[in-house]
Amino acid sequence: MLELVLIGAGTEVVLGMVAVGGRRVPWIGSFIYGACVAISAVICLCGLAVLTAGHSVPAQAVILPFGLPWQHAHFRLDALSALFLVIVNLGCGVTSLFAFGHSRHPGRHAPEAIRVLPFYPVFLAAMTLVVLADDAFVFLFSWELMSLVSWLLVLSNHREKGNDHAGFVYLIMAGVGTVALLLAFGLLAGTEGDYTFAAIRSLPHGVTLASSVLALALIGAGGKAGIFPLHVWLPLAHPAAPSYVSALMSGVMTKVAVYGFIRLVFDLAGPAQWWWGALVMVIGGITAVMGVVEALMQHDLKRLLAYHTVENIGIIFIGLGLALAFQASAQPTVAALALTAALLHVFNHSVFKSLLFLGSGAVLWATGNRNMELQGGLIHRMPGTAIAFLIGSAAISALPPLNGFVSEWLILQGLLFGQLLPQWLMKLTVPAVAAMLALSAALAAACFVKAFGIVFLGRPRTEAAATAPETDGVSLTAMFLLAGLCVFTGILPAPILALIEPATWQITRETMAGASDTNWLWLVPTDGLRASYSGLVMLVLIVLSAGALGLVMRRFADHGLRRGPPWDCGFPCSDPATQYTASSFAQPIRRVFGSVLVGAREEISMPEPGDRFPARIEVFLIDYAWIWLYRPPALLVQWLAGWINTMQHQTIRTYLSYMFAVLIVLLMVVMPWR
Amino acid sequence: MALIIEFLYQVAQTLLVVAVAPGVTGLVRWVKARLQRRRGPPLVQVYRNLARLLRKEVALADNSSWVYRVAPYLVFSTVWTAASLVPAFSTQLLFGPAADLIALVALLASARFILALAALDIGTSFGGLGASREMMIASLAEPAMLMIVFVLSLSAGTTHLPAVAEYMTLQPIFFQVQLVLAAIAMIIVAIAENARIPVDNPATHLELTMVHEAMVLEYSGRHLALIEATSSVKLVLYLTLFSCLFVPWGMAPTNGGPVDLAIGLGTWLVKLGVGAVALALFETCIAKMRLFRLGDLIGGGFLFGLLGVILMFVFGSL
Repeated sequence: MLELVLIGAGTEVVLGMVAVGGRRVPWIGSFIYGACVAISAVICLCGLAVLTAGHSVPAQAVILPFGLPWQHAHFRLDALSALFLVIVNLGCGVTSLFAFGHSRHPGRHAPEAIRVLPFYPVFLAAMTLVVLADDAFVFLFSWELMSLVSWLLVLSNHREKGNDHAGFVYLIMAGVGTVALLLAFGLLAGTEGDYTFAAIRSLPHGVTLASSVLALALIGAGGKAGIFPLHVWLPLAHPAAPSYVSALMSGVMTKVAVYGFIRLVFDLAGPAQWWWGALVMVIGGITAVMGVVEALMQHDLKRLLAYHTVENIGIIFIGLGLALAFQASAQPTVAALALTAALLHVFNHSVFKSLLFLGSGAVLWATGNRNMELQGGLIHRMPGTAIAFLIGSAAISALPPLNGFVSEWLILQGLLFGQLLPQWLMKLTVPAVAAMLALSAALAAACFVKAFGIVFLGRPRTEAAATAPETDGVSLTAMFLLAGLCVFTGILPAPILALIEPATWQITRETMAGASDTNWLWLVPTDGLRASYSGLVMLVLIVLSAGALGLVMRRFADHGLRRGPPWDCGFPCSDPATQYTASSFAQPIRRVFGSVLVGAREEISMPEPGDRFPARIEVFLIDYAWIWLYRPPALLVQWLAGWINTMQHQTIRTYLSYMFAVLIVLLMVVMPWR
Repeated sequence: MALIIEFLYQVAQTLLVVAVAPGVTGLVRWVKARLQRRRGPPLVQVYRNLARLLRKEVALADNSSWVYRVAPYLVFSTVWTAASLVPAFSTQLLFGPAADLIALVALLASARFILALAALDIGTSFGGLGASREMMIASLAEPAMLMIVFVLSLSAGTTHLPAVAEYMTLQPIFFQVQLVLAAIAMIIVAIAENARIPVDNPATHLELTMVHEAMVLEYSGRHLALIEATSSVKLVLYLTLFSCLFVPWGMAPTNGGPVDLAIGLGTWLVKLGVGAVALALFETCIAKMRLFRLGDLIGGGFLFGLLGVILMFVFGSL
């Protein structure tokens, strides 16, 4: 199984080289993406086979003779890896299908194929390899490969304004993250320097060391996933790439980062401390609220989605923090519940965020613009995309009976067990985090009413939106596959929970009640009558009552229907500019939440009476993280660079004296060992 | 046998909430009219209005899409489903386990999501205004409601509605601080969610003050009838939810006989009536708030709920 997966990943790397060699062949794009679909499907099936095999099947391991000279490359496929293998390759496969559809009609705004094709399959391979790595070297190598290749993909639209900045910020943040992970593995490997995960696991780690590893994992893996305040690169970089790569980065690569965090903190760092849970939970809660508030303020569709990734990563980290806290307090059953919820949200988010990014790709392809203020009425021109995007929007807003609700419901159930945590700090943390989670869920719904309503509903605001063509059938199929998964997981979560169950069992040695039994209709995560949910029953009830209603209406109500101009209180105006825009839709929420959290400020410039200039309103947002966390080091680096710069413009005498000074200093350093 | 009884109760409640709902709305209007020294419409007036709307043809804006036409049906059936899952007169409901308190809140959020989208569909300024304000209010009211849910489920140790109701029958609510806090928060949330004064005015004729009415401004004929009926059912839902959670006395216990059932039914109707009169009184005594002061009111409800949750966590139960 593992060998097959590795061969698949290797083939993807080879595909990257094939793309370079065959760049003159007209069908090379379709070939590469088609091959990626096939390979991802095979890897996905391999992962499924491992997950359905049960607990008793031991993890598979392979050692390949390359890597560092004194150490071979170790790969291992256990339940956790297999789960993420499935999630990652599911996203990769469907996204490649979409890319396959789009590669046949690239559209005006697509970057040149040669800037994407060689890197795309390597990106997929790198993400698969991270999940399979069983020693620090392979892990870091694949991690860095993933970062660098995605950086190249971000820069594929190199002519668009702002993308160079996005790539620059991304490169720095990725570098910082990898250094943090490098240090984390260095600490874990101890003085012996054995970097295999098996050796790391067998070493006892002190509390201080393990806590440092947690902090480094938060910086390295958490930053990659997009936790606050390390998220700043994410809304810049994710939207800059071609839409299907954005889907991969937001939907899949952030999940690889979550995997890295779980592997480091739950598996390698040893037993958890209770305050780790509090820390991770609070970071998750703040991330969720900040992500969604910033998303609401955006009017670039893809950037809005990217900020929403930040929110969902926050929700996932709430679940992970809860699991850590329960595990540290010897409550493995509840820890299993919280971890299952977090992993289910990982799965769900990868599905609906990929779907939404693909939908935004279809919109971008059709209208040539990401700005929501220039769209409108696309539901008439792109009915298929609209339905898929609507399902994705409802799912990410945690609305029943779709999948986003199931995982948030499970996390809330986990938070309700917070009373079992004995530490007094937890008694304040858990309610606060619950409040933040509730707030972010409600704001997410507002955000996606805005995203769907402004882009797809209303009247077209531009000529491009009025004449937008529907996207091709293959791309639509890809979107409907994901939309179908959203609905399926929402109404019947049991099969997906059964896939997650081996991974939670591996970590907590416990199983969430109801995760593995045959009761597929009801979701009962705990014993007895504490809580239950059934999306299917709910959906059937709604459909039945809607059907009954339809029959009653057909029998008793008038059937007449007259089309006419809208009433609009007697003053209908044909100018589409009279509609609410994305900015005006967000204005009430901006006033209530934005002024505090993102320093939102409006400036209205009114012309003097008699002037014929239009009045203008401008909205300013302040990113406090940027000001307080990023600006100071940037200024310091700039100052140091300036200082060093002056050293470069000296006479030969000064340089000689520098050399002399360095020699003296080095001799003094060596002195003590003499 | 128990299954058949539960099924019958379920059907009875599903039909009853819809049948009673316009009457409750009519009662609120009648009491308000009396308080303003008007004679007031008879209780059946709301039923008559609905019947009249059903007989009228629909005037549909040219550029409306399927979202606009499907929304009234979906919103009504979603709210109806939610209303039929809240134990009104008996805790034995066949489909009760399908949705616990959290799912119920989320189900109402789904209905609101659909309606807000429908409001944006025509592309008029009022639709956008209504949708935008409604989502702002919801973004405060929904977390507040979840906090209330947390207080109750932490007290009762379950999010299962009938179980919470049964627990609350045994608890003297007024001796528990967190429950009182939750009850106050629940009143605020219920007022906000049902678009009543001081959050919104259901009888307003000034477009700029509208929230809910601005969203449904373009609806007509049978669609409007469904929207109006939805508002009525939602009012009954919240009154029932409040009585089920905070004053569940009289509700027929599990395996109760016909007498218990009659008592349950009677007390439920009385509670609906008392709730309607109280709502009318409250609305008459208070003026509508400015939109941006709502943050203080509903945010206050949210904080009451949060305080209740923290009290529950710190002290277990009071």
